[in-house]
Amino acid sequence: MPASESSPRTSPGASPGLTAEGVSKRFGTVQALEDVTISFPPGQVTALMGENGAGKSTLLRVLTGDHRPTEGRVLLDGKPVDLHYPQDARRAGIRIIPQEPEIIPHVSVAENVYAGSLPRAAGRRLDRAELRRRINADLERLGFAKVLDPNLLGSQLTAAQRQLVEILRALTGEVPPRAIAFDEPTSSLSEFEVEALFALIGRLRDEGIAVVYVSHRMKEIFRLADRIAVLRDGRVAGVVEAAATDESALVRLMVGRDLSTLFVRQQVATDRVVLDVKNLTTDDVRDINLQVRAGEVVALAGLIGAGRSEFALALAGDAQVRSGSVELGGKALRLKNPRAAITAGIGLAPEERKAQALFLHRTIRDNTSLVSLGRLRRWRFVKHQQERALAQQFADRLRVRAPSIEAEVRTLSGGNQQKVVLARWLARKPDLLILDEPTRGVDIGAKAEIYQIIADLAREGTAVLIISSELPEVLGLADRIVVMQNGRTTGELTRAEASEEAILALAMADDLAPADAPDDRATAHAPTGDPR
Amino acid sequence: MTTTTAPSAQLPEAEPAAGRRGGVRALLAAVGGQNLSLIGALAVVLVLFGSLNENFLSWDNIQVIAEAATISGLLAVVQTVVIICGGLDISVGSQAGLASVVSAMVFTSTGANPYLGIGAAVAIGAGIGLFNGAIIIYGRVNPTIATLAGLAAYKGVAQLVSGGRAQGYVLNDPVFIFLSRGKIAGLPTMVWLLVLTAVAVHLLLTYTDIGRNIYAIGGNDAAARLAGINLNKYLVSAYALSGMVAALAGILLTARTGSGQPVSGSEGLELQSITAAALGGCALKGGKGTIGGTLLAVALLGALQNGLTVQGINAFWQNVAQGALLVAAVVIQQRRNGERAVGLPA
Repeated sequence: MPASESSPRTSPGASPGLTAEGVSKRFGTVQALEDVTISFPPGQVTALMGENGAGKSTLLRVLTGDHRPTEGRVLLDGKPVDLHYPQDARRAGIRIIPQEPEIIPHVSVAENVYAGSLPRAAGRRLDRAELRRRINADLERLGFAKVLDPNLLGSQLTAAQRQLVEILRALTGEVPPRAIAFDEPTSSLSEFEVEALFALIGRLRDEGIAVVYVSHRMKEIFRLADRIAVLRDGRVAGVVEAAATDESALVRLMVGRDLSTLFVRQQVATDRVVLDVKNLTTDDVRDINLQVRAGEVVALAGLIGAGRSEFALALAGDAQVRSGSVELGGKALRLKNPRAAITAGIGLAPEERKAQALFLHRTIRDNTSLVSLGRLRRWRFVKHQQERALAQQFADRLRVRAPSIEAEVRTLSGGNQQKVVLARWLARKPDLLILDEPTRGVDIGAKAEIYQIIADLAREGTAVLIISSELPEVLGLADRIVVMQNGRTTGELTRAEASEEAILALAMADDLAPADAPDDRATAHAPTGDPR
Repeated sequence: MTTTTAPSAQLPEAEPAAGRRGGVRALLAAVGGQNLSLIGALAVVLVLFGSLNENFLSWDNIQVIAEAATISGLLAVVQTVVIICGGLDISVGSQAGLASVVSAMVFTSTGANPYLGIGAAVAIGAGIGLFNGAIIIYGRVNPTIATLAGLAAYKGVAQLVSGGRAQGYVLNDPVFIFLSRGKIAGLPTMVWLLVLTAVAVHLLLTYTDIGRNIYAIGGNDAAARLAGINLNKYLVSAYALSGMVAALAGILLTARTGSGQPVSGSEGLELQSITAAALGGCALKGGKGTIGGTLLAVALLGALQNGLTVQGINAFWQNVAQGALLVAAVVIQQRRNGERAVGLPA
């Protein structure tokens, strides 16, 4: 078949850049996109916003050939592109940097970057010299030479470095990129690494590439974007110039609601210490001292890889404690496994909700009741009525949007999935609830609801420990902020003392200090060391 | 936003509410699409062979089908549990053979005590199951490999202790006669054993917290661990249960043939049980499957096998048919899950 279909109405406006024209996409009975027409002009950053489920990912997948649209077409510089496979998009110069990087663990960075088009010497042998020359040239050209060692194996990379590999993949290749889509690129990066990414995006724009930028983070959007396209329920809710709008206008476009209610929280902390950690040391964290009181919300801040999630897992009984002690409500705990932690009264909503918390093919009811089954059973039989009542109660309280509590969790949007994880722990009523990135990948409406849930929990006397990489969230929620770096705590800030600058200063304390240690982590953008 | 490969995973919450049009629809939804197609296939098989041979649908022949399907049915039921946990037990056939030999030999050497024979076989089965579980959990061996090794090794042990020959004679004992030919309320004892086992396992999976935890483990083991479930205990128990039921199957084999059989009668049971479980809707990566579906698949396979035999079709073809069914079942399952044909299946 010829590469392009000749259409009777070829390029009405002949607008340059990448354009979705009248794109609709249906999955079964669900209309994911309806008559979406958006153009992404070259040399501009167009942000794509919308609540989860608004159709952003589906649109990206249509643009990159991963989904075929039910109706409509994709144009590049006014000419329709025939997208049957993702490779077609790649060949046309359309690239995507997915939210979760796909990295081959056992081969080097260089081979990961050029996977599929490795340089060949005679007889299909891998041309290692050429590979090295190419990766070094590309790293140099793109300004990553200092942060990414091309000889590292895929499995040794940090989250930020994995993202870099995806970016390198997008920017290299025989056909130069014409349009690049970033799907929430900063969700696994810390503030510091984000800077490097933004610099790169700025350069891409200046080179005349059409940049599509999907994110929930207002601050980033206003820093980067020239234009902002908002999707709502699969339709275009509006396309605005970034300079001509503000946050609350965007939120209204997205949800028809105001942002001002996002952080409503008065301090309700008591004097009763619930969690008392003394000199806790595991394989990943050292000498952690931390107290959380009843009704108090404590946030753990720090860069990615600072050991916050590892500390949370240790408290949840999923890491080996080398030394130190953990007391809960005055009782010393032996955290030998997650069961012991749960029994003692510790709940953890982990970082990766799909991988670590949810059973996607089970119902909301089943996912909610799982850790409460102990008190929902007679003999070993689950009391169905009580289980239903419990699940319904918390689904209502957290406003989980689903046809019923018998809906499978995989059919829910990210925010509602997160609410199901929260419902599981709220139903169990732990004394200490640890929330690791509770709003990652959650749309703004659900975010506000989750903040409200956290505030309610504190008012009921639960001790809450939050890990978040979003500084506004940390500042808005926490009574007290503990900053970690490299597996240690580097400082503590009260609500009054806290500011983004103060947190960042503590989070990067080691790197800012005079070189008192042999410093192989000088490249703070992405800690290249520590390939455990 | 999510980046799952399954297209349905990133849809908004609007799923059509089930059972909007009342009774029939709700009933169909409760039975499930997979089971409906199994019932359809079973109906086709019954009508087809019933019209080809009038004796096929006679009560006598149906009992023959049920009895023949009992042994593979028992194994399919426990295979379902193991598969839901995210494991696989390829060694069930060899375990049954070893149990068959042990039951007959202990029976003979203890002066015709059937209870000692049966008890010894079940104990051996439980021991082997625990051993399988321990190798898989503590030796960190992939379940397929571990039980593939078991398939060879336990068959070897059975041949060693029996010298490769049928052992003992048990059909002079009332207990074994009752197991092989007895009837309760008009149904053969063997079929009752299958029904009881299936009902017990169904209740366990559907109505107890143990069952919930089993589905949780197979569905997402990391999440199950963080939810406080003791994975090792459950997995080892699943293999132990598999071993004990395999032993029960071996004992029934002894009762049916009259003597302990190291290989004949038990060889190939692992394939039948896995085929039935897969055909019945078990996801081979775990977390999904029902006893009802598995039993329907057992009935379908049993009827098909009997029908082919009644029609005088070469037994070799039956092997081909079984292999083809297993692959077809899994292919259909993957299509339904929206798996795309890229690279090696997960």
